[in-house]
Amino acid sequence: MGLRAYIITRILLTIPTLLLLLTMVFIIMRVLPGDPVDLHFEKKATPEQMEEMRRLLGLDKPLWGQYIDYLGGLVNTGYFLEHGYPNLGKSMQTFEEVGGQIFSAFPATLELAIYSMIIASVMGILLGVVSSKSYNSILDHLIRGFGIVTYAVPVFFLGIILQLIFGVYLRWLPTGLRINPVVEPPASITGLYTVDSLLEGNLFKFFESLKALILPSLTLGIILSGMFVRLTRTNMLETLRLDFVTAARARGLKESTVTYGYALRNAFLPILTMMGLQFAMLLGGAILTETTFSWPGLGRYLVDRINFRDYTAIQGAVVVFGLFVTLVSLVVDILYAYFDPRIRL
Amino acid sequence: MSEARIKRSILARLIPGLTFLVSKGASGLIVILGIVIVFTLVTMTAIAPWVSPYNPRERVGPIRKPPSSEFPMGTNHLGQDMMSRVLCGGSIMLQVSALSVLVCFLIGVPIGFFSSYVGGTFDRACSLVIDAIYAFPGLVIAIAISAMLGPGVVNMALSIAVVYIPSYFRIVRSQVLSIKELAYVEAARAAGAKWHTILFRYIFPNVIPSIVVVATINFADAVLTAAGLTFIGLGVTKDIPDWGWDLTDGRRLILSGAWWVITFPGFMIILLALGFTFIGEGLSELLNPKLQR
Repeated sequence: MGLRAYIITRILLTIPTLLLLLTMVFIIMRVLPGDPVDLHFEKKATPEQMEEMRRLLGLDKPLWGQYIDYLGGLVNTGYFLEHGYPNLGKSMQTFEEVGGQIFSAFPATLELAIYSMIIASVMGILLGVVSSKSYNSILDHLIRGFGIVTYAVPVFFLGIILQLIFGVYLRWLPTGLRINPVVEPPASITGLYTVDSLLEGNLFKFFESLKALILPSLTLGIILSGMFVRLTRTNMLETLRLDFVTAARARGLKESTVTYGYALRNAFLPILTMMGLQFAMLLGGAILTETTFSWPGLGRYLVDRINFRDYTAIQGAVVVFGLFVTLVSLVVDILYAYFDPRIRL
Repeated sequence: MSEARIKRSILARLIPGLTFLVSKGASGLIVILGIVIVFTLVTMTAIAPWVSPYNPRERVGPIRKPPSSEFPMGTNHLGQDMMSRVLCGGSIMLQVSALSVLVCFLIGVPIGFFSSYVGGTFDRACSLVIDAIYAFPGLVIAIAISAMLGPGVVNMALSIAVVYIPSYFRIVRSQVLSIKELAYVEAARAAGAKWHTILFRYIFPNVIPSIVVVATINFADAVLTAAGLTFIGLGVTKDIPDWGWDLTDGRRLILSGAWWVITFPGFMIILLALGFTFIGEGLSELLNPKLQR
């Protein structure tokens, strides 16, 4: 199979997965016990008010009708072209378009996710390589211990501790928000403050937004790095014993070239797959990190909506999280096929 | 059976197990360390109501008092003794995680078994659904279900269970698929063994070790997910002392520098999750000799 044929097949295979995912969200939100409108009003509304709300949101229709509305809204290209985001229904709280609210919160999450992933993978891969090179030494045990401990630390606890040390005691870094509130955010082009401020040519804003990013992305990055440490270490230990590494050493190449240029390159593919899988975990962690750092992203939006018992918005946010993960796993699979032609067979 | 005999028979089973673990070197010691941590925390939670110095739900001193001889872990913004709260605070977390592990086990294992043993369309349909759940960010599903079901220990446990059922399904399925092709199973089939005999007497015992590893790791995950759900406001109730809740509530105090309010409950959660992780890590190394070098 050529790369193009593989990509097309892979995209087509995404459709049933997506349908399943959307159905699952629908089942959780509409079919499981717990009626959105009842829950929203907490029994504090008259039956008329509740009927009105049901009618406004289309929740008075039979379940299959709601299901069709829900799927139909998502694939409504006309709406998408007009607004720039899919139709996810209206908020129960403000009656604004949920899609629009999510669309404006999304870049914050994306920016946090990108920086956390960079920190996690760089830190994890480096520590993993060091650990495998010093196999069974004290350093190796310490790094492995670090890998296990990161797995057991609640991400928000680490966040609070970092806030306490760097924000409250040392006062080096801000403990929340994407940019210092007295600084005007950069004009929205990509929605990523660090990128937008550079496009604007404003270095001051760039450093301000970078400063705000450090603690949240470090928190999430450290928690995720454990997985990379373990995976890199195991793969490197296996690769370092292979003949081609010995051959490279025998030819007199520098040890660092052998390690990074030869062994790590070959151990990299499983790590790439891991990055894709880790993305789902990263988004889960992002919800908690955003809540800790008052980071105005999708996770924070979801938690805010939960407090308002705004079920249409909760459903919209959950759907977008699912779409995001599916998209990332699609991209990772395609990258994988590009790097390793064997996968296309 | 008399009490002495029960004790003796328990010891008779424990001691060989313990010596076995000790004989296995580092991985065995990690398992023992994990068991000791978990056992200590469970015992502590069980006897806490009798040994905690103060009533964890009542105001017993000045507010936000740093650790002192009178209040070894300080007091929170309600003047409650943090040490009493830390001693009692594991109960909800332990209940939720134990219940969710049980539910996962009771649903994930049978489905995994039958799906892989039966094969065909049923297996493919199950795998498709399970993979869809598996690919989804776990915490997001737990949040969605928890938001719909409302607070409570059972609801929280159920919403966490849904997230981890796929892990059991997948491990059981992959194991059964490889074991059922082994020669001894074929021999049993050739000898005329019934399908349920093959499934329960020949295949099941060989899958148990992997399930135990998944269950311990699931325990650690469930503890962290329960803490996460509490943190975003989907916890059980504010009335019962809980590490997750103390951490959530104490977060607002950090600007005043009251580190003791969050540090102690936080470390307890880490310790509990770490205990289970140690058991899981150690066991999986013991059971997968290939990983050992």
